[in-house]
Amino acid sequence: MIAFTLRRFLGFAATLLVAALVIFWLLDLLPGDPAQFILGINATPESVARLRVQMGLDAPAHERFLAWIWGMLQGDFGMSYTQRAPVAELIWARLAVTLPLSIFAMVISIVVGLPLGILAARRRGKLLDTAIMVTAQTGVAIPNFWFGMLLTLLFAVTLRWLPPGGFTPWNEDGGAAFRGLILPSLALALPQASILARVMRTALVDVTGQDYIRTARAKGLTMGEAVWRHGVRNALLPVLTILGLQFAYLVAGTIIVENVFYLPGLGRLIFTAISERDLILVRGATIILIVTVTATMLLTDIAYALVDPRLRERSAP
Amino acid sequence: MNKTLKAFGLALALSTALAGMAMAQPTEVRIGVALEPPALDPTAGAAEAIDIVVYQNVFEGLTRIDQNGAVQPGLADSWTISDDGLTYTFKLHDGVTFHDGTTFDAEDVKFTFDRILGADSVNAHREFYEPITSITVIDPLTIELKLDRQIGRFLFDLGRGDAVIVAPESADNNANDPIGTGPFAFVQWDKGSRVVLEAYGPYWGEPVHLTKASYVFIGDTATLTNALLAGDIDGTNNFSTDALAVFENNPQFKVLVGTTEGETILSTNNKRPPFDNLKVRQAMAHALDRQAIIDGTTNGYGTPIGAPFAPHNPYYVDLTGTYPYDPEAARALLAEAGYPDGFSATLKLPPVPYARTSGQIIASQFAAVGIKLELINVEWAQWLEDVYANKDFDLSIISHVEPFDIGNYANPDYYFGYDNPEFQALIETLNGTVDETKRKALAVEAQTILAKDAVNGYLFELAQTGVWNAKLTGMWQNSPIEGLVLRDIAWTE
Repeated sequence: MIAFTLRRFLGFAATLLVAALVIFWLLDLLPGDPAQFILGINATPESVARLRVQMGLDAPAHERFLAWIWGMLQGDFGMSYTQRAPVAELIWARLAVTLPLSIFAMVISIVVGLPLGILAARRRGKLLDTAIMVTAQTGVAIPNFWFGMLLTLLFAVTLRWLPPGGFTPWNEDGGAAFRGLILPSLALALPQASILARVMRTALVDVTGQDYIRTARAKGLTMGEAVWRHGVRNALLPVLTILGLQFAYLVAGTIIVENVFYLPGLGRLIFTAISERDLILVRGATIILIVTVTATMLLTDIAYALVDPRLRERSAP
Repeated sequence: MNKTLKAFGLALALSTALAGMAMAQPTEVRIGVALEPPALDPTAGAAEAIDIVVYQNVFEGLTRIDQNGAVQPGLADSWTISDDGLTYTFKLHDGVTFHDGTTFDAEDVKFTFDRILGADSVNAHREFYEPITSITVIDPLTIELKLDRQIGRFLFDLGRGDAVIVAPESADNNANDPIGTGPFAFVQWDKGSRVVLEAYGPYWGEPVHLTKASYVFIGDTATLTNALLAGDIDGTNNFSTDALAVFENNPQFKVLVGTTEGETILSTNNKRPPFDNLKVRQAMAHALDRQAIIDGTTNGYGTPIGAPFAPHNPYYVDLTGTYPYDPEAARALLAEAGYPDGFSATLKLPPVPYARTSGQIIASQFAAVGIKLELINVEWAQWLEDVYANKDFDLSIISHVEPFDIGNYANPDYYFGYDNPEFQALIETLNGTVDETKRKALAVEAQTILAKDAVNGYLFELAQTGVWNAKLTGMWQNSPIEGLVLRDIAWTE
């Protein structure tokens, strides 16, 4: 298990280094000058040139790359060009929205999706199964920004139960902060829950036909007991894979929902930073996202190995 | 059970009473704005979003521009101008403090202008103040500025966001913690979400009506609509004309339609063939149906223009008839210029809706006279680099939003590359003229030259379309300068 974890960890580090190189190089190719963006179309070329020097944009690319990597290793992500504030601070503030939002959405999709999937599998071919699967299919098909608008119209504009958007900082009013995240996490969770329900159903249906379920039944367990004790655990493997991917998607993919609910999340930060050519902020935020995604993958792999001992034995040296 | 019910009832009654009290005297306003400023220092950035939040609210200049674009006393109570027009002496208001408690005096004014003119200045509009040759503190409440040439609009330029007075103690931190002398002090900035301002108790001028103002950043029009309808925000200064109908007949809201300083033009690369040919530019002008462009782009809000000049300006002259919409004349001029079958060109469009929509309408109007346009959508940063800095474009669409920016046409290095020595001399005379009648005659002459030369396609003046809670008063209907001034805003019954 230790060797397995170590190998995965090395892969993790290598991925990060390659990603850092690619991010730096790609963004350097983007047309657009941050200094010109800040000073606008009536600024004199001299002012723009002075600002470029002040932001350190006049140094050659390899020097800037090394300075950037060296800084990050010491925990310094640099100063944002347009916002004149430390990148780490800006990202950290946004994570206070995006992380809870992703986690809420994840919890909702697990709590709703998995039981529905199990239920559909147990009632395979019956009316309930069809109803759940049709609903799930619709849930996958509905774009979440549109679902978000519908939720706002009903719960914020008509009923006025919840705010239409915006975010109150946690330390100011935790209850208001929580209420602000309810509609967005529902909007985010709908397609995820639908996918989970479908995957769970398929996996469980596959497992029910296996020999060990028949053996369990022959030993005298009822179908329900056999599925619960042996089926679900085995069916969880593909579900775990999807969960890992989904969490990564949630953290990185909340931008549209953040726009609909005007939440100060990471997705919107990156979006604005790209259009303003705040390259150092884009790079820092992208690195954080990549760390989150690859770390989630790493944890999924380890969880996989915990659920299925065969995997860790096979990969042992 | 009974007790719980009672407690619940009591709480309900209490909260209703509290809500009632709050309803009687609301002094807070929440304003939705589309763009979040990148920083909050108006002297180190050109973004309009900065001025929307801080101009005349947090920061003030020696003069200030009012709702009609006129110059009013600001931190300077009065001023005298020497007979040769080169020496300005300002009497400063006594007893003014910055929001951090430090005193405002002539040294702060000197510091502000030294900073604008200094070697590492990053002021976006240094050129307005560059004629200043010396800044002398006569006494703590008197300052003298000497110029090396007359500038007709100097007092207006002193009222711009670029020239607000900052203090040496706080200037370096103004990007994230702005400290000025205005009626509202900065409280907090929840990045990505909102900026909160609070009325500054010891403010030197007339007390304001509001106690608190929040600027909430909502980029999406549909979301902004919902936030207004749900009562989560109280108004917005510029709402998309596409969705304005939702509020026009709703008695809970009022729609304020006014003017801006935004001249929307079809920028033309005058240095690149075939646009260096006057006949081609005249043909393009004849091919433009301005009213159709306004109707299609902004649902009819906006005023047609025949020169790059704001229609509400006292110096304005209507030149829309110079080259009226006439496709036949356009085709004839193209043939005369040697393009009987027309030609092909590219049109680079920045991401603002007015540009993307009017681009398509212009493409079809041009196609009717034989000019085939290829539409290329670009991002802002890319537009700034390709079109503006590198002048690599045929045509583009953009609104020039600065007040009185006709002077750009006198700069041969400006991106549309118009080089006319006669016009440059005229602008120099205009800048150096103080007499109002003469200034007007010169400005009319300048507009006429630009209209006749068809430097760019002059499309329309952008309208300002605000949507506000019907109980709010005191908002500026027009926008003669970039900003959203809170000074007069109040709740009424």
